Amino acid sequence: MMLDVSLTFYRYGFLGSEFLTWLWFYIVNSDQDKLLDNKKVFIEIGNKIVLERKTNDGVEKVTIKGKDAGLEEGMVSLKKGAVVKELNLIYRKEEKEWSFTVTGENLSLSNLKTPDIGFIESKKDVDGFVVEKIFLYDSLYFLIDGLYKKFIKLRVSTGWPNVVADINKWINF
Amino acid sequence: MGLLSSSVSINRYYVEGKIKEPVLDTVKKGLEKLTFRERDDDPSNKNAGWTSFNNHFNPNFSGSSFVINELFVFSLRIDKKSVSPKIIKKNFSVETAKRLEESGRGYLTANEKKEVKEQVTDALFLMVPAVPNVYDVVWNYEKSILWFFSNNKSANEELEILFSASFNQSLIKIFPYSEADILLGLTDKERDLLSLLSPSKFVE
Repeated sequence: MMLDVSLTFYRYGFLGSEFLTWLWFYIVNSDQDKLLDNKKVFIEIGNKIVLERKTNDGVEKVTIKGKDAGLEEGMVSLKKGAVVKELNLIYRKEEKEWSFTVTGENLSLSNLKTPDIGFIESKKDVDGFVVEKIFLYDSLYFLIDGLYKKFIKLRVSTGWPNVVADINKWINF
Repeated sequence: MGLLSSSVSINRYYVEGKIKEPVLDTVKKGLEKLTFRERDDDPSNKNAGWTSFNNHFNPNFSGSSFVINELFVFSLRIDKKSVSPKIIKKNFSVETAKRLEESGRGYLTANEKKEVKEQVTDALFLMVPAVPNVYDVVWNYEKSILWFFSNNKSANEELEILFSASFNQSLIKIFPYSEADILLGLTDKERDLLSLLSPSKFVE
């Protein structure tokens, strides 16, 4: 496999920020059925958005925390040309809820809380809990990889300029 | 941070290539090759190695103890010692004064100063207990994917070094481009288009 990791990491770093911006736009504006291909799952913006904007003096970082994070202040930053660096999301599926933060730079997850699986009462329960937790992490990665694939397929398609125009309208509304 | 914690961080890696058959045996040997070993008499400030997921302070990779549901589950332990620079500076001054008095000279050469600093630092690090940090690892061999339960930069670097030294395999970090290129099953045409992308402007 010929992949120059350090080169591609920096050269295509914009993909992560664009993905998070697109995801935010899609969650707020579009029919979730189209986004998730499943009527029983739901995704919403959580309690934190981090944006970053390059200025003449360096980098301006804006962190917005709290319920319904970012709807106003975030839009102001986007209008000024900021890009989304981190996005906290809530994912619901069949009465279960995951909350997590995705970082655009490396698509890593942090503050990930899965649905509750109870308490380990004895050592022999550990393997079962590990299997359950891994299943829950895997379910989340299934979602994220699916969304990212949807974004990348769109990003390399001829339809992308229309999406950029829609996001532009949303930001400047 | 453990995979069973109520709140976790995860970094993903792609494991390049396949390891020598029988896989279970090779993984066991790799883990045993760099198992964490206590080094109380070592003045270095860092000590790292593999440990058991279910017994962080007494590693044992016998049988298939590191296999859960066809996944390899183990942990990386990194012990670190730290001494305040102010304490090093104080002990260095005391030791330097002692040397000057013993030698009857009014100065120490650059090499002597370096030697004193090393001795002082080593002596202090020997006295200080190391702080253990344990990070869980889940390796899905069939999918060539590894989850590392920390976003800490130095812990991730230690993982990459240790993994390569143990299993002769490289870990490729999953980030936006590598995920698209490796994991999403894009067509050759899509991968070509991906490599030609440049940033979009969402505002005029």
